[in-house]
Amino acid sequence: MTKETKPTNLTRRALLGRAAAAGSLAVIGGGFIAAPNASWALTVNVISSHQMATIFQMARDIYPHDQIGDEYYVIAVKGYDSDGTKDMIAEGVAALDASAKAAGFADYLSVGWESDRVKLLTAMEDTGFFQTIRGGLVTGLYNQKAVWPIFGYEGESFSKGGYVDRGFNDINWL
Amino acid sequence: MVAKFDLNDDNVVVVIGTGAGGGVLSNELAQKGVKVVALEAGGRYLPEDYVNDEWESFGQLAWTDPRTTSGDWRVSRDFSGLPAWIVKAVGGATTHWAGASLRIQEHEFKTQTHYGDVEGASLLDWPITLADLEPYYDKAEKKLGVTRTNGIPGLPGNNNFKVFEAGAKKLGYKEVSTGRMAINPVDYDDRLACQQTGFCFQGCKWGAKWSAAYTDIPRGEATGNLEVRENAQVARILHNDEGKVTGVEYFDKDGALQMQKARVVCVAGNSLESPRMLLNSASAMFPDGLANSSGMVGKNYMRHMTGSVYAAFDKPVRMWRGTTMAGIIQDEARHDPSRGFVGGYELETLGLGVPFMAAFLDPGAWGRSFTSAMDSYENMAGMWIVGEDMPQESNRVTLNNEVKDQWGLPVANVHFTDHPNDIAMRNHAYQQGKAVYEAVGATRTFPTPPYPSTHNLGTNRMSAKVQDGVVNKWGQSHDIDNLFISDGSQFTTGAAENPTLTIVSLAIRQADRIASEMSQKNL
Ligand SMILES: Cc1cc2nc3c(=O)[nH]c(=O)nc-3n(C[C@H](O)[C@H](O)[C@H](O)COP(=O)(O)OP(=O)(O)OC[C@H]3O[C@@H](n4cnc5c(N)ncnc54)[C@H](O)[C@@H]3O)c2cc1C
Ligand code: SF4
Repeated sequence: MTKETKPTNLTRRALLGRAAAAGSLAVIGGGFIAAPNASWALTVNVISSHQMATIFQMARDIYPHDQIGDEYYVIAVKGYDSDGTKDMIAEGVAALDASAKAAGFADYLSVGWESDRVKLLTAMEDTGFFQTIRGGLVTGLYNQKAVWPIFGYEGESFSKGGYVDRGFNDINWL
Repeated sequence: MVAKFDLNDDNVVVVIGTGAGGGVLSNELAQKGVKVVALEAGGRYLPEDYVNDEWESFGQLAWTDPRTTSGDWRVSRDFSGLPAWIVKAVGGATTHWAGASLRIQEHEFKTQTHYGDVEGASLLDWPITLADLEPYYDKAEKKLGVTRTNGIPGLPGNNNFKVFEAGAKKLGYKEVSTGRMAINPVDYDDRLACQQTGFCFQGCKWGAKWSAAYTDIPRGEATGNLEVRENAQVARILHNDEGKVTGVEYFDKDGALQMQKARVVCVAGNSLESPRMLLNSASAMFPDGLANSSGMVGKNYMRHMTGSVYAAFDKPVRMWRGTTMAGIIQDEARHDPSRGFVGGYELETLGLGVPFMAAFLDPGAWGRSFTSAMDSYENMAGMWIVGEDMPQESNRVTLNNEVKDQWGLPVANVHFTDHPNDIAMRNHAYQQGKAVYEAVGATRTFPTPPYPSTHNLGTNRMSAKVQDGVVNKWGQSHDIDNLFISDGSQFTTGAAENPTLTIVSLAIRQADRIASEMSQKNL
């Protein structure tokens, strides 16, 4: 069931050298994918690294926030590396790659421009696969406490005594 | 001493649900010496239990048992299993509510008279007037500690309000303020002053906002006349051969079916569950469900005409700081058909955190148009629109026999389609909301669609004539003397105002009526 993972030679340089030409991440094979800058790495067990890399890229294309690092998107999609979802992922990624091929690309990951990838996604927008990935991201991405500060959101405030003395009415530009 | 009543005690009043209607009614009856058993489907959570986290709090408090949807409303597409955002807990939706506490306007009690015939709408005058309710509004405002009543000052405005107020004034709006809120600006009635934490929807951890969970419920219990059984979900209401109700069957916290006898039953499960209970109680004598000789149980479901307008600016607003609903514009609340619709609407500030903003700003949207909006989150201001929607018989709660809950009972299907008047009013409100923000330099505005319903009304409506509704002017069912409806489902029409102050006023009034009818042995 579980694939043997052999994350050998994972120095930053080695990773960079093996990075796939397109897309923002390195598909290393052996169930292992990592960011080109080695800021994160993920081992997949059930689905293939190509499939994981594809849904990761989809996540970035569905909710693109240039100031949010890859690691948060990885957290949002890594749950799809599971028995319960592997068939849906396999079919969905295959369909996405097929439509990329039909549009003249090798596969989804090798489509260079976001706008071209968005065209492919728009065409499959009504599928259960797309809606599952998109719907899951609404909480999977935006409900991560670690991304809130990137939006400026301060989260819980009770333990700090609320904002009564901390700027609830401090607006100064009106 | 908290009371404990026997299951066979047939002298008690059983109240089903402990929210704005049921929680207040239970306490008011207990204060008068009436013995009450309140059955609440949810658990008990108090300020120390509430969490400053939108989804975690939702998981703790919200009603997530299955429901289904149909009709043309966008909620049915975006949130097909979640027609309403309401609560399953002691205190009901008063744990989640924002605290806006407005009286219904005089003409809104008489919409059939004032609006005339509106095609497709089942408008009806309430069998009571503003004058009938005024003494109870006075009591309710004291109970809730509503700002700008009884000498209580207004709340200070937060950043979100300041943007809204500045825009409103530029536009020439006159009636703009931090409104009438059941939130303490100063300590009142053993509750602390608001600390501006900004999590009013998640249960106020300071107790600054009124909620039945930590006011009426414990005070009723302290009389020794009220027993609240939590995690007790009523399945059906029972009756005898004379057609009088005799008790209720409920599933207790262990899932065991229990039967509590009753002298009077008051149904206050919110406008989705109350009709569902009546329909699930169908019998040989009442094949269409209890109190349903008119066929009106579940019909005329109203949810207020709602929507939101968010706006991005070139500088920070930080709308999440401070009270969730911090102020109001009331200039559009009048009835003025020259705007192209009957009835009116209120504009009220609203601030959501990042998690809810992502879910509600434009449900289903993706790509740069959506994410660039989220990127402006810190610079956003927001308001909610709440206006009168048209009652329509075809908008209704029915039983969905295809889908069962954990107890094996058919769930509520909520069918809703906007009336053309609702759409015209929403479009007007979107324009006005946008103009408010543009007047103070908004760089982009977002006309946000309605959220799952927080205001659920009308499904057991009050009527003078038996054939027009389910209950009379006391909330007593037309068909069965000792069966009352005590929640927002009694509303004949929705009015433009947030409903809770009226639900509470009706509950106080109904308690007077039930107590006096009981002492005169009419019940
Ligand atoms: C986020 C939010 C913000 C809001 N803000 C405002 C506001 O600012 N101003 C305003 O006026 N209103 C506001 N409201 C609306 C307000 O909360 C409701 O209108 C009000 O609480 C409804 O009162 P109710 O008695 O009809 O029902 P609820 O308060 O919903 O109470 C019903 C209770 O019955 C229980 N119940 C249901 N079925 C059963 C059963 N079978 N057996 C036992 N118990 C059962 C439920 O668990 C619940 O506790 C808001 C609501 C929400 C969700
Ligand atoms: S803002 Fe005020 S009322 Fe709202 S939760 Fe905080 S303390 Fe309570």
